[in-house]
Order: sequence, then structure tokens, then C-alpha cells
Amino acid sequence: MSQTSIDPRSLRAPPKRPIRLSWADERIRGIFWQLVVVGIVVAIVWWLWSNTVHNLEVRRIATGFGFLNREAGLPIAESLINYSPTNTYLRALLVGLLNTLKVAVVGIILATVFGTLIGIARLSKNWVLRTLSATYVEVIRDLPLLLQLLFWYAILQGLPGPRQALHPAEGLFLSNRGLKLPWIQWEGAHSLALVAFVLGAVITFFYRRQAIVRQMADGMPRATWPVALVCLAGLPLAAWAALGAPFTPDIPALRGFNFQGGLTLSPEYFALLAGLVMYTSGFIAEIVRAGIQAVPNGQREAAQALGLRPGAVLRLVVLPQALRVIVPPMTSQYLNITKNSSLAVAIGYQDIVSIANTTLNQTGQAIEGIAIIMLVYLTISLSISGFMNWYNARIALVER
Amino acid sequence: MSDAAIPSPARAAPITLVGPIAWVRTNLFSGWFSGLFSLLLLFLIVKWAMGFIEWGVINAVWSVPNNQTQACRELKGTGACWAVITEKHRFILFGTYPYEEQWRAFLSILIFIGLFIVSAQRVFWRKELGLVWVGALTAIGILMWGGVLGLNYVPQERWGGLVITLILATFGLAFAFPLSILVALGRRSKLPAIKALCVLYVELIRGVPLISLLFMASVMFPLFLPEGMNVDKLLRAQIAIILFAGAYLAEVVRGGLQTLPRGQYEAADALGLSYWAKTGLIILPQALRLVIPPLVNTFIGFFKDTSLVLIIGIFDLLTAGKTAIIEPAWQGFGIEVYLTVGFIYFCFCFAMSRYSQNLEAELNRHRVR
Repeated sequence: MSQTSIDPRSLRAPPKRPIRLSWADERIRGIFWQLVVVGIVVAIVWWLWSNTVHNLEVRRIATGFGFLNREAGLPIAESLINYSPTNTYLRALLVGLLNTLKVAVVGIILATVFGTLIGIARLSKNWVLRTLSATYVEVIRDLPLLLQLLFWYAILQGLPGPRQALHPAEGLFLSNRGLKLPWIQWEGAHSLALVAFVLGAVITFFYRRQAIVRQMADGMPRATWPVALVCLAGLPLAAWAALGAPFTPDIPALRGFNFQGGLTLSPEYFALLAGLVMYTSGFIAEIVRAGIQAVPNGQREAAQALGLRPGAVLRLVVLPQALRVIVPPMTSQYLNITKNSSLAVAIGYQDIVSIANTTLNQTGQAIEGIAIIMLVYLTISLSISGFMNWYNARIALVER
Repeated sequence: MSDAAIPSPARAAPITLVGPIAWVRTNLFSGWFSGLFSLLLLFLIVKWAMGFIEWGVINAVWSVPNNQTQACRELKGTGACWAVITEKHRFILFGTYPYEEQWRAFLSILIFIGLFIVSAQRVFWRKELGLVWVGALTAIGILMWGGVLGLNYVPQERWGGLVITLILATFGLAFAFPLSILVALGRRSKLPAIKALCVLYVELIRGVPLISLLFMASVMFPLFLPEGMNVDKLLRAQIAIILFAGAYLAEVVRGGLQTLPRGQYEAADALGLSYWAKTGLIILPQALRLVIPPLVNTFIGFFKDTSLVLIIGIFDLLTAGKTAIIEPAWQGFGIEVYLTVGFIYFCFCFAMSRYSQNLEAELNRHRVR
């Protein structure tokens, strides 16, 4: 009778057989094939490694990262931090990394905005707008990015010099030296205002979360916008005013053969950014369109039937469902922008690939140079996909 | 009384609901804002189109005598200098391939295009297609290298232009595709060591830009080989492209393997099939059919990516275009050259993307109600 106490489900599990040392045992075959494959891979790697070591000895190339502390002697045209050719290779590579991030971050933001607008335009009721955006998407996606970059660069180089610069608006100059924009003279007060803005965003975020928790408890909606206004606009303004509200516009003007003052976008940066944004926005437009179309019409109609206002329908019903479809492919587009920014080397924008390439040409240390490039991109890729995975998990459908 | 039985003829729908007027009303002037916007957009399109025609056709210079580009320079950007294409089109298409032998490169391009067209037809999707591929690629090899059948030998360093682009893309696909199937199967394998190797390969390659792999192929690869052994630069770039494409295609194939219902795997196991019989007879025929449209899309991306070999100095279509305007006489006519080269890329990619869309619709026909 003690048999009845055994859970009947456990009887259905496959019986555990002891491993037999025989070809008929699947596990033995598995272990065998794994050993064979791993053995082959290890043999190939070892062969390549020993060749490399031998070749390095024959060519008298030193290995290791000691060269990073040597003087670089390579000029860099644009840099976010102080740099001169007398600095070390390490600092030159840091400048390159910052240049890569500069184009990638700005590119991601602009491509998202631009791509979303085009994606929505593709669904417009207006035939002209719909056809125009569809043509844009089709053409831009069928041309190699490198070709587009060279094309924009050729156009920028074909522009007149500073003295005959195109001058579409006050303080705006477009010439073969790049784009000149009006800017303000940056002071401590502006940095403080920026910090205050970030702080305000964090406070708004937590306030909104708290408001939703309370609404869940008592059903009373609480407006977030007054707090958001105070935190996002009031706080930075107060910080800026507290330091005397400095505001000196810095408007570019032609002095002699070049411009003075203002913010400069070099032709290389401008061509790279324009190419990346236009190319990627074509892909993002398709992702956004597919995401919006993936939300069934019934969802929108049901929300309207519940009496939600059009804005609320979009914000509370359509967008959350569309985002679930949009976020995963969007992640790979963000990764693509970052990786594609490496094409900068073809038009002479000094990003990490360009500087690492110069470094390895000057020092002859090819392995280290390429290892640095790969490490940088792997780190950036893993960070972006980590962040997007976290965001994706947050907005994912909670199944009960 | 009999009159009542005869139905009156159906009245036509009001012209505000069907016909061109209705179409214009719903698609162009559905409201005053939409109407204004349509007019503004149409105005801008017509203006730009006129500007482009003026630049590209009316003011354009189509040919100049012996590299005298004075006529082009005098336009000062108000007209296109298509003379650069008239002069350099053979160079852009065939690179430095010997002038009298360029018909061979041209014939190779035609064979490539014919091969693509044949492979795209579903009636030809059978085992013999593999033989056609082997035959066509051998014919291209014989045509390009020569040295047999009375053809003069042409060293690989002199190949260039569109042929190189097609070679990199086609051979890349032919080798990357089988590799990607193996890797995708490996990534779903129950054997931990094999799975780990495949995951490592795919994630490592997908995490770095293609340029870094091409740099690796051009500067690091010679260090990997034993002394004295030398591999041609084009072949090194080709290997980098195969490894790169293999990782991306593997993820597409894996998607197909994952969408296949578990029942298919279990039914094959229940029939007592071995792993390879199960994979070859049951799983792959179904999984690959599911992923053909995304595979074509990946192939488009990868066709465009072959242009990156410009950075390591291999003479493909884009490099040939860029080199054509290095000569001082032709400097500054980049826009005309890039428009032409872009048009060639566009023709190939557009054909592929249309094909992929049609195929997707055709393969999904059983789902459409």
C-alpha cells in the first residue's frame, strides 16, 4: 500500500539510465562530438597564435599596450576635451571615443525624431505626403550608407568658400568650412542650469510614479504637469537667475578669410551626421509604421467607446502596445548607428576607428589597435542592448 | 402590375463617393489644412523637380573633347557634368581591367544577373540549382582570370568595378549561408560546448562594426599565417565578409527554427529519425521557407555593405567611382559620379526588395482570408 503515496506524475518522468561506455549512448556521442569540435577550434586558434608569435618575433614588433603612454604626435581637428599632438596615444584615443559618442548620441536622437515623423507620415490620409515619405524610405534604404556619406561630403566640399558662404538666416553660414550656428557664451550658470534640469527630470519621474500609485489606491487622478513645469522649467531658470542670468549671444561673423565665434559643425561631422540620420531614419520609419499598424483597430475603437479623449487614446492605449513591437528592432537600429559611425574614417572625421587606425599605422601594433576598436564597440553595443533590454522588460506585457 | 416586377436600373453612386473627384477629395483635400499642405508639398516637389531637370538635363554637359573640362567648370554648378560619366563609365564598371578584354568582365556581370534571376524563380528551387551555381561561378572564374581557352591571363589585381561588388556579394552569400545554418543549429544544440562556441561567435561578430573585421583582414591576417604563405587581399576581405554575414544570417535562420512548432521536432523524434535526418528532412525545409523574405532583406543589407571594402582599398564599384574623380581634370564632379553609382546600387537593391515583398505575399497566401 505504500505504493499509493508516490506522486503519479513522477512515474512519467523518463527513467535515469546510467551512462554506458558505448556508441549507442546518446550522451557519449554528444561528449565525443563536443570534444572533436572544441579540439578543432583549439587547434586552429593555437596554430594561428603560434604563427602570430613567430611573425611578431621575426618582424621585431613589440607587443603590449606600453605605446599608449608615448607621445602621439598626431593632430586632431575637433575635440571635446583639450588635446594637442604632444599628448599621449591614450588621450588621442579618448578624444576619438568622445567623437564617436558625439556623433552616435546626436545621431540616435535625431534619427528617432525624424524617423518617427516619416513613419507617421507614411500612414497619413494625405496622398502626397504618404507617397513622398514612401519614396524617401524606399530610395534611402536601397543606397549604401558609405555612398551617401561620400555624396554629402562631395556636396559640402562643392559649397563656396567662407567669403561667398550661403547665408539663409542671420547668424547661419553654410560654406565648405562647414555649418556655423549662433550659440551663447557658455558659463558656469549654464552648466548649473543643466544640472538643475536633470535633477528636475528625476524629481518629476518619481512624483509621477507616486501619483500613479496613489491613483491606484483611491481612484483620484492627480495632475503631473504643475510639478513637471516647476521642476523642468522653474528649477533651471532659478539656478540660472541665481548666478546673475548671464546671456551673451555668440554670433558667427566673417573676419578675413574665416569665421569667428559661434558654434561650428565641421563638414566631416555634418556629412557623417546627415548621412547617418537620413539612412537610419528610413529604417526607423518602417519600424514605427509596422508598430502602429500592429495595434488592432478594435483597441482604438474600444478606447473611444470608453470615452477617452483622442490624446488619452494615443497615450494610454495605442502607444504602449505599439512600443512593444517597436522597441526590439529599434534597439538594433541604435546599435547600427553606433557601429556605422565607424564609416567616419572614409570621409576623414576622426572617430575612434580613424584614430586607432592612425595609431596602428604609426606604431605598427596592429593587434593592439584592432583589439582597442573591438573592445570599445563591444562595450558600447552591450551597454545599449543592456539598457534597451531593461526598457523592453519594463514595457513588456505582464501576463497573469 | 407587371411594371412593378421590373426593377429600376441601379443608380450610379454619387460622384462625391467614387471616381477621380472623390479620390482627390479624400486623398488630397480632406480638410482645409490637409488641402493647403497638399498644395504646398506639390509646389515644392514641382519646384525641386524642375530644378533637377534644369541641372541634370537642360544645362548639363554630356561630353567634352579629350579631358578638356573647361566647359564643365564654366557652369559653376548650374548644370551637371555628365561628361565625367561618358569619359569614365568603362573605368567605373570594370576598373583597370585591360580595355580590349572588358567584354569578359561585362559577360561575367551578365552571368551574375542571369544567375540571380534564375535563382529567384520558385520553379527552379531544386537540387540542380546548386549545379547551376557551381557551373556559373566556374564560368565567371574562367572568364575573369583567363589563361585557358585562348583567353589572355588577367591577374586579379587588375579586376575592378561592378564585378568585384558582385563577386564579394555572391561568393559571400554562397559561403555564409551554409555557415549560418550550421551556426544557427549549433546555437540551438543541447550540447553546451557547441552552443557556447556558436553564441560567442555570433555575439562577438554582431557587436563590432564590419570595418574592424576588414581592418583585421587587411592588417592582422598576414600575421596569423605561417611565414611565406600569402593570401590575396581580395580573398582576405571575402573571408571577413563571409564571417560577418554568417553571424547575421545565423540569427535570421535561428528565428525560423524558433517559430517552427515543437510538434514537428517531437514527431520527427517519434519516427526515430537521427539528428541529421530530422534536421535535413523535417526541420530545415520548413524553417528556411519561413525565413526567405528576411533572408533576402539581410542579403540587401549585405550587398550594400560590400561597399565598405573601399576603406581597405579594394577596387569595387564605389571605390572605382571615387577613384575616377581623383584625376585633377575631373576633380569636383563627385555628385554626378555618386548619383550614377548610386543608381546602379539602387537597381540591384530595389529589385531584391520588390522580390522579397512579392515572395512574402506569395508565401503568406494561405494565411490571407
